[in-house]
Amino acid sequence: MRPSTWAGARPSPGPRRLSYRLSRALWVAACLAPALLLFTVVVAYPILSAMAYSLFRWDGIIRGGFAGLANFRRLFGQYPYSARMLTAFWHNVWTFVLTMVIQNGLGLLFAALLAGRTWGAGAYRAIFFMPVTLSLVIVGFLWQLFLNPVWGIVNKGLALIGLARLTLPWLGDAHTALVSIVLVNAWRWVGFPTIVFLAGMQAVPDEYLEAARLDGAGSGAIFRRVLLPLIAPQVNIIVILTFIGAFNWFELPYVMQGVTGEPNHATDVLGLLFYRSAFGAVDTGNPDVGLGSAIAVVMFALVLAFSSIGAVYLRRREIEA
Amino acid sequence: MERRAWVAVLAVALAAGLCPAGAAGQGQAQMTFWSWRGEDRAFYEGMIKQFEAQNPGTSIEFQTYKPTEYSTVLSAAMQAGKGPDIVHLRAYGALQPFARPEFLVPLEDKVPELKTFARQWLDGARSRADGMVYGVPFAVQGLVIFYNKKMLQSAGVAPPKTWDQFIAALKALKDRGVTPLANGGKEGWTLEIAMGVLGPNFYGGTNFYEAVTRGQTTFKSPQFTEALAKMQEIRPYMSSGFMGVAYTDMQQLFINEQAAMFIGGIWELGYFKSQNGSLDIGVMPGPVARAGDAPWISSYDDGNYGVNARSANPSLALKFIRFTASREWGQAFTDQLRQISAVPGVVIHDPQLQEVQTWMRHATPYIMLVGFRWKNPTGSELIQSDLQGLFAGRMTPQQVGEDVTRGLSTWFEPFRGQ
Repeated sequence: MRPSTWAGARPSPGPRRLSYRLSRALWVAACLAPALLLFTVVVAYPILSAMAYSLFRWDGIIRGGFAGLANFRRLFGQYPYSARMLTAFWHNVWTFVLTMVIQNGLGLLFAALLAGRTWGAGAYRAIFFMPVTLSLVIVGFLWQLFLNPVWGIVNKGLALIGLARLTLPWLGDAHTALVSIVLVNAWRWVGFPTIVFLAGMQAVPDEYLEAARLDGAGSGAIFRRVLLPLIAPQVNIIVILTFIGAFNWFELPYVMQGVTGEPNHATDVLGLLFYRSAFGAVDTGNPDVGLGSAIAVVMFALVLAFSSIGAVYLRRREIEA
Repeated sequence: MERRAWVAVLAVALAAGLCPAGAAGQGQAQMTFWSWRGEDRAFYEGMIKQFEAQNPGTSIEFQTYKPTEYSTVLSAAMQAGKGPDIVHLRAYGALQPFARPEFLVPLEDKVPELKTFARQWLDGARSRADGMVYGVPFAVQGLVIFYNKKMLQSAGVAPPKTWDQFIAALKALKDRGVTPLANGGKEGWTLEIAMGVLGPNFYGGTNFYEAVTRGQTTFKSPQFTEALAKMQEIRPYMSSGFMGVAYTDMQQLFINEQAAMFIGGIWELGYFKSQNGSLDIGVMPGPVARAGDAPWISSYDDGNYGVNARSANPSLALKFIRFTASREWGQAFTDQLRQISAVPGVVIHDPQLQEVQTWMRHATPYIMLVGFRWKNPTGSELIQSDLQGLFAGRMTPQQVGEDVTRGLSTWFEPFRGQ
């Protein structure tokens, strides 16, 4: 059925073209409604209700009166929350930077190596991607065993090659704990940027590379001047995903370092701070939904703001390139 | 044809939905009992069978949730006006969100057995807001030191009584190439437990507890910080890389006889015995400062049983709760779970538990749990992280005292401006 027939059945108050437009708009709205409804219920409503929760006083699990911005004032102005917030925030930033350099740097390197006609590239691709498919809890548990100071293979291996003085309680030492779990995270995820970059590189027509080679460009120059600009869209999406991942990081720190980001908050990130504030923890704190929601709102605002700015900026660069 | 089949299926489904199974028999009462103690299922189901036999027509379903998710699941259900008839509840601060008449039934005048319970355990079931008791305490815990008798004997070490003997014993063990202490610092709560064992004999047990909870002193007082300084003396006797040793690692080290002592809670005893039958375990209280002093044992109510205020069978649920407060229940609890029941008059057969029970006549409240877990930031939250700082050598005892006092001052009025 054509939409105009349906609209035409009614006496139209205005000119025919307007009624056609109106009916078209109605049709579009009707088609969008299911998706919009789903989005509202599943995405918009929880976000908005968290925002609303953050404006109330909470007595345990029971909502008290309207509190204005009191929860936010506590979060930013009252010890220990203000200190925890800052610590956690810097840990997120640090996670982003380290992940960009280590995980995505390695991903780029692996992709470049696999894009060439390396012998057994298919097998390597599968191997690099394998940890991505492992369950996160298993990854966390496995590496906890490897890094265990008493019977872990990392320290045993170091001792075996005569580096016994380098053995550390990796996950229990405040200096090494965060870097250790960032590395574990990179171990798990490195296959993902590798595959994405590789797909981008394989889409680059061979003629471009050949032309560059004929002009006398070395492989370094080809990588920097030809390959990298052409995979800019892939790089951009990985940067944005890494950013979102780093600022919403929760699962691996939770599995490996507990809900307080042990030791001594050395691996605390905003996700953990949010979780334990909102829901409490068996051996430590009580639930405080107001404070937890305030943290959630701050996290949401941070991620939204930076990823939109990042997306616009990177997109512009992509076009210029 | 196909459509008709669907209609039939729907009709059957609807009819089934309209007639819940319980409505069939007269006088049937179905109740649910929620818990986070999945490992104690056999005990609870056995006791439920007994109750069902004495109350024909009753059936109780014991349903467990993951300990870490239990409070969230329970609070969501309670807020929605649902939840189980009988509720396993935590104690002290973690009980507070539920301890109100719209969620739970106040029990003091409904369960006469509670009058015989020790006041210090009932305080774990009391609401801070209205002072009423909302649960029957089920177990009491004491914090002690476990030791491997064989390992101590072969090092020629007698179980130490004073602090000096304790340090000398640790040193003798270390000189023999034995890891003296299984304890680690990866999880802050295990350090808080260690403080519960080693601290009170130096900060002065209940006297300090009373003073600090009344606001007459703070955690900055030398009494407390000197106790922390004492604690630091055990660091050389923990395993190398102890800051990376987690709770389960500690347990494995002790069970596999790779470490001679384990500073922990009495609840470990049953697990240790079940994991290694040939392990000859001794138990001792935290060492005292001077010979002849009575050692303090940090103790607390572990949790409670309560009745949902919205239960459809309130009188039957109360009957079950009275059963949990009976001597019969307490005796079975102690015999089967190797834990100390809070029910008075229970006879303990296990020799180690018996000893601990005797020491618990000189019990002192486990300081942060009993005194400072009512609001956020809790004393436990603060001290756990600070003890990790202390044991890693990143904080001094004075800094720990200052940080705890400062953190608590956000809600504990007497610490304001201190």
